Amino acid sequence: MKCSRRSFLKKGLGSAIAASLPLSSFKFLSPAEARAAVGDPAVRWGFLINTYKCTGCGFCVKACKKENKVPYDLPVTRTWVERYVVTRDGEAHIDSPAGGRDGYTDPKIEGKEIAAEEITKAFFVPKLCNQCQNPACVQVCPVGATFQTEDGVVLVDRTWCIGCGYCIMACPYGVRFFHPVYKVAEKCTFCYHRITKGMKSACVQACPFGARQIGDLKDPDDPVTRAILTQRVAVLKDEYGTKPQVFYIGLDENVR
Amino acid sequence: MKNHVLRPLFAAMALVALILTARALMVPSDFGVHGKSFTYNFYRAGAVSDWKNFPVSYKGGGSCVECHDENAESLAASRHQIIQCENCHGPARNHPEDPETLTINRSRDLCLRCHADLPYPGSLRSELPAIDPGEHNPGEACVECHNPHNPNLEDME
Ligand code: HEC
Ligand code: HEC
Ligand code: HEC
Ligand code: HEC
Repeated sequence: MKCSRRSFLKKGLGSAIAASLPLSSFKFLSPAEARAAVGDPAVRWGFLINTYKCTGCGFCVKACKKENKVPYDLPVTRTWVERYVVTRDGEAHIDSPAGGRDGYTDPKIEGKEIAAEEITKAFFVPKLCNQCQNPACVQVCPVGATFQTEDGVVLVDRTWCIGCGYCIMACPYGVRFFHPVYKVAEKCTFCYHRITKGMKSACVQACPFGARQIGDLKDPDDPVTRAILTQRVAVLKDEYGTKPQVFYIGLDENVR
Repeated sequence: MKNHVLRPLFAAMALVALILTARALMVPSDFGVHGKSFTYNFYRAGAVSDWKNFPVSYKGGGSCVECHDENAESLAASRHQIIQCENCHGPARNHPEDPETLTINRSRDLCLRCHADLPYPGSLRSELPAIDPGEHNPGEACVECHNPHNPNLEDME
């Protein structure tokens, strides 16, 4: 075997560098560390709703309105709870008085008495902004007043919104409304001021039964991510292609 | 070239200059694409911090225990332990400075949110202890007989 002086020096230098590398530089990066190294935003907020656990107490709606200073007695709300009562004839009776703000205390639905024997299934479905991956409401804004943050929450810039209402029409889920005080488009922010401080959204904190949960979908160890990965979940109006990020356990065909 | 031919051209150029100056003055400097796409991430960056600075009203967790330890301990040991104080008493904000005291709601409606009987198979609602408000001591406040911070029936006097 021939070994020139040049190649000897080259290989010698190479092995010296390799030998001086500590073992720790070969360790595997966790997905979170790898993402941080690549510069990808580390968080993607997502929501999980378990409709089996919702009792229709309405504390989430109350907490949302008070936390976010949405006028309490006007018929506008960022989140609401719907009641579905399906009877033996296959009919679904649906209501949401005042968005469920005061809870469900009356078995009558829109004045109609429904006998307990007639009910085949009945449940409550909380609704809020889906913080879509492809938000139709943002696409239609003519002035750039609504946008998606890097951690996936769709916000409205109150100083920039001209109140044209395109986004309110564009949302397939009807979660946007016109703010009666600020005269701009208004929507659920996942309580951006809370989640960015490490707190839970007001509705999540208010729910005594854990029917609402918020989490980081990019963290594989987050209980919400875990549940979405391992359990059977569904989203609302998948066919619109907006890629909603609010996932439901126990969704029913009657829920639109 | 004749002056009357060039005049509209100068007028048009002045108009464009005016619009560009107005735009430069009125659009905040932090307006632009912050993120991956023009479609979804075209905005004023300051709007994000505006939302982050929104005040927190619901303090949650164990923030009440240091002053109202009696209520907090009794609640924590009871069947109502899962209910946040602020659900029944309203947002604490900067209580006890502002507001100095929180609301006390003795209405039946507060309790009926969870305890009014709704026969809903498949929903957790039907598993909560339930009463028919029309038959269970109508007209009387629930808290006349039940302690909201410890509703356990076996502890009733
Ligand atoms: C720093 C101490 C402190 C903390 C923390 C605190 N409180 Fe208070 N709270 C007070 C004081 C002082 C009063 C006034 C007492 C009075 O007027 O009798 C009061 C009054 C109240 C009252 C009215 C009592 C009455 O008899 O009228 C309620 C209800 C109440 N607090 C609930 C809460 C809840 C719920 C929390 C937690 C979110 C909380 N407080 C946290 C000090 C505190
Ligand atoms: C299920 C609803 C509910 C929850 C949860 C609740 N309270 Fe109350 N609280 C009431 C009601 C109703 C009264 C009035 C009781 C009465 O008049 O007998 C009251 C009274 C009070 C009072 C004033 C009178 C007294 O009994 O001392 C204080 C202080 C208070 N609550 C603090 C708290 C704190 C702190 C928590 C959380 C640890 C809490 N409450 C959780 C419903 C609730
Ligand atoms: C006059 C006193 C009185 C009033 C007022 C009263 N209760 Fe009761 N409640 C009782 C007694 C006594 C029991 C236990 C015996 C029973 O089951 O009837 C009871 C039982 C209950 C139970 C347990 C039922 C079960 O089967 O486990 C619930 C829940 C309840 N009450 C809620 C309420 C609510 C909500 C209100 C107000 C809308 C209320 N009570 C008003 C005296 C009262
Ligand atoms: C957020 C829903 C909610 C609200 C509001 C609520 N409760 Fe309850 N209550 C519960 C739950 C949950 C239980 C415990 C059920 C269990 O342990 O299986 C319970 C249990 C009870 C019991 C039965 C305890 C026993 O030993 O069986 C009584 C009585 C009661 N609550 C009274 C009240 C009164 C009075 C109020 C109004 C001040 C009230 N509740 C408000 C959820 C609620």
